[in-house]
Amino acid sequence: MSAPALDPVRAPSDQVTATPSKRSGRPARTTPARFDTALGWNDRPGVSWALRILLCAIALGIFAAPFLTIVSGALSTHPSGSSLSFLPHDSTLLNFRVAGERGIWDYFTNSLVIAGGGLLLQLAVCVLAAYALARHRFRGQALIMTLFMLTMMLPEEVIAIPLSLVLGHVPVVGIDLKGTVWGVILPLGAWGFSVMLLTEFMKDIPKEIEEAARLDGVGELRMLWQIVLPLCKPALGVAGVLGFIMIWDQYLLPLIAAKDPTDYTVTVALSILRTDPEVGSGVVLAGAVIALVPSLVVYLLLQRSLVTGIAAGATKG
Amino acid sequence: MTATTTATTVAPDRRRALAGRILAKKAVLPWLFLAPGLLLALVFKFVPMGKGIWLSFFDVRPFLGDQWVGLDNYTRVLTDHRFQDAVGHTLLLGIGQSLGAIVVGFILALLLEGQARSLKIIRTAVFLPVVTATAVVGELWRLMYYPTSDGLVNSALGVLGLGPTPFLDNPDTALWATTVMGIWMAAPYNMVIILAGLAGVDRTLYEAAAMDGVSLWQRLRYVTLPAIRPALGIVLTLAAIRGLRVFTEVYVLTGGGPAGSTEVWMTRAYTLGFTRNDIGGASAASVVLLAVTLLLTVSVNHFRQRGDKR
Repeated sequence: MSAPALDPVRAPSDQVTATPSKRSGRPARTTPARFDTALGWNDRPGVSWALRILLCAIALGIFAAPFLTIVSGALSTHPSGSSLSFLPHDSTLLNFRVAGERGIWDYFTNSLVIAGGGLLLQLAVCVLAAYALARHRFRGQALIMTLFMLTMMLPEEVIAIPLSLVLGHVPVVGIDLKGTVWGVILPLGAWGFSVMLLTEFMKDIPKEIEEAARLDGVGELRMLWQIVLPLCKPALGVAGVLGFIMIWDQYLLPLIAAKDPTDYTVTVALSILRTDPEVGSGVVLAGAVIALVPSLVVYLLLQRSLVTGIAAGATKG
Repeated sequence: MTATTTATTVAPDRRRALAGRILAKKAVLPWLFLAPGLLLALVFKFVPMGKGIWLSFFDVRPFLGDQWVGLDNYTRVLTDHRFQDAVGHTLLLGIGQSLGAIVVGFILALLLEGQARSLKIIRTAVFLPVVTATAVVGELWRLMYYPTSDGLVNSALGVLGLGPTPFLDNPDTALWATTVMGIWMAAPYNMVIILAGLAGVDRTLYEAAAMDGVSLWQRLRYVTLPAIRPALGIVLTLAAIRGLRVFTEVYVLTGGGPAGSTEVWMTRAYTLGFTRNDIGGASAASVVLLAVTLLLTVSVNHFRQRGDKR
C-alpha cells in the first residue's frame, strides 16, 4: 500500500494485473500515442475526437447535470418544483429559510456531530488496532484479523433489529443509547476496512526505523504517535475520507438509534421534509443541498485519496 | 492478502521466538491496543448477530416473556408470499443493478481513460453520485421521475416523442426505475476500479495487436478484457453482496410500493420488525440474509485467492 502518492488511477495497477505497465519508464509526452487507451482515442481534431467530446457531454449530462438541477430547484421560487431545470427560475433563498424553519440546521448539526465524532472515534480505534496487528506478533493474530474482516460482513442492515434492541439496553452496563449521538457513533467505531487498510500500510514501515526509536527509549504510545502515524498520513487520508463518506451516508442506523425525529441526521430528515404537506419540493431540494455540501467538500478536497482507496479496496478487501 | 499469509506461514524458528515473547510482559500490550476495537465490534456487531440468531427461534412478546417456537419463524417467513416476492425483487434488483453498473462502468472507463487534465475533471464530475448520500440521491431521483411531462426524465423522453410515464407509481415500472437509479449510483464506482485495471494493460500488446491488423472489437475482446478480468470478477461479486442488503435506496425512493412491487428483503424485514413488531419473524429473515451473504463472501474469497495465485 504505497500507492497514494502516485497518480490515483494509475497507482493500484500492479494489484490488478501481473503485467507491469510499460509506460512508467517513458519520458513525459506532450502528444499521447495512439495506444495509450484501450479504444485508441485520438487527441487531434477529427471524427474520433468529436465523437469523444459528444460522448463525454452525454456522460456529464447523465451523471453530473442532475446535481445542477438540485441546486437550481432549491433556488427556484416555482411552487411545485416539478419542472426541474438547470437554471433557477427566479433566484431566491426562500426555500432555505423555510427549510431552516423546519429545523434543517438542527438536523445538520446532528449530522456534523455524528460525522465528526464518529470519524474521530473510528480513526482512533482503527489506528490502535492496526498498530497492534501490524507491528506486534501475538497468539491469535489471524483470528483477530478475521474478526475485524467479519465486521465488514455484518452491515447495519442485516443486524438492524437486534442492534436496535442492543442500543436500547447495552449488555452488562445496561445504558440506553437511543436518542443520543452515541447510539450512532459507537456502532461505527470498529470498521474492518480501515483496520485492514491501515494494517497493510503500517506493515510496510521499515523495521529499522522502529528499532532505532526503541534504542532511544521511545515507548509504545510515543512510537505510534510520533513515528508510525506521521508515516501513515496517506493511508490516514484514505481511511478518513472513506470513513466520512460512509458515516454521512448512514440511513438505517440513525433511524433506529433515534428516540424521536429530532434525533435524526440531515439525510434521514429529508423524508420528514418530503412528507410535510406544507412545503414544496423546492424546500426538500434545499435540504438536499444542505445534506450534499459536506460530502462534496470532503470529496473535492480529498478525491485523490478516495479514488486510491476505492481501487485498493476492490483489490484488497 | 499479506495479512493472512504472513500470519499462517510463520517459520518454525520464528514461532519459537514468538512463544518466548508471549511469556514476556510485553504480550499484554497488543491486547490493550486491540481492546477498544474488539469491544465495540463485540457489543455492536457480534452480540446483535448472536441475539438475532437467538431471537429467530422465539415468539418475541414484550412484557410477556419470549416463547421458544423452534423453526416456526423460518417456515412462516419463507412461506409468506409477500416475502417470497420480496426475495424475487431483491434478486432482480441486485442482478440487474450489478450487471448494469458493470457494463455502464466499463463503457465510462473506456470513454474516460487517459491522462489529459480535462478527462480528470470529467471523471471527478461523473464520480459525484458515488459520494452523495443515498438518501439525497433518492430524493433527487424521486423528483427526476416526476410523473408529469415536465419531470426531468419525462421531458427528456418527450424530446424522443415518448409519452410521460409514472415510473414510480406504476407497479410494472417501479422496480426498473429503482434499478436504473442503482446503476447510476454504482457505475462510476466501478469505473474507477476498471480504470485502474485498464491502466495496467500492457501497451505493447495493443501495438502488437495493431501490427497484426486486428479490429477494435477484437482488441477489446482479446487484450483488454482478459487483462481486467480479475478486477471485473471482484467488482461483480461485491456488487452482488451489496445488492442483497439493499435498503436505503428502496426505502427512500418508493418505500416498497406501489402495491409491494419494489419490496425487497430488507425493507420487508424492517416492516416486519419495526412496524408489525414481529421481532422473531424479522430476525429469521435477517438470519437467512446473513447466511446467504456469508456464503457469497466465502465464495468471493475463494475466487480471489484463486485469482491471486495466478
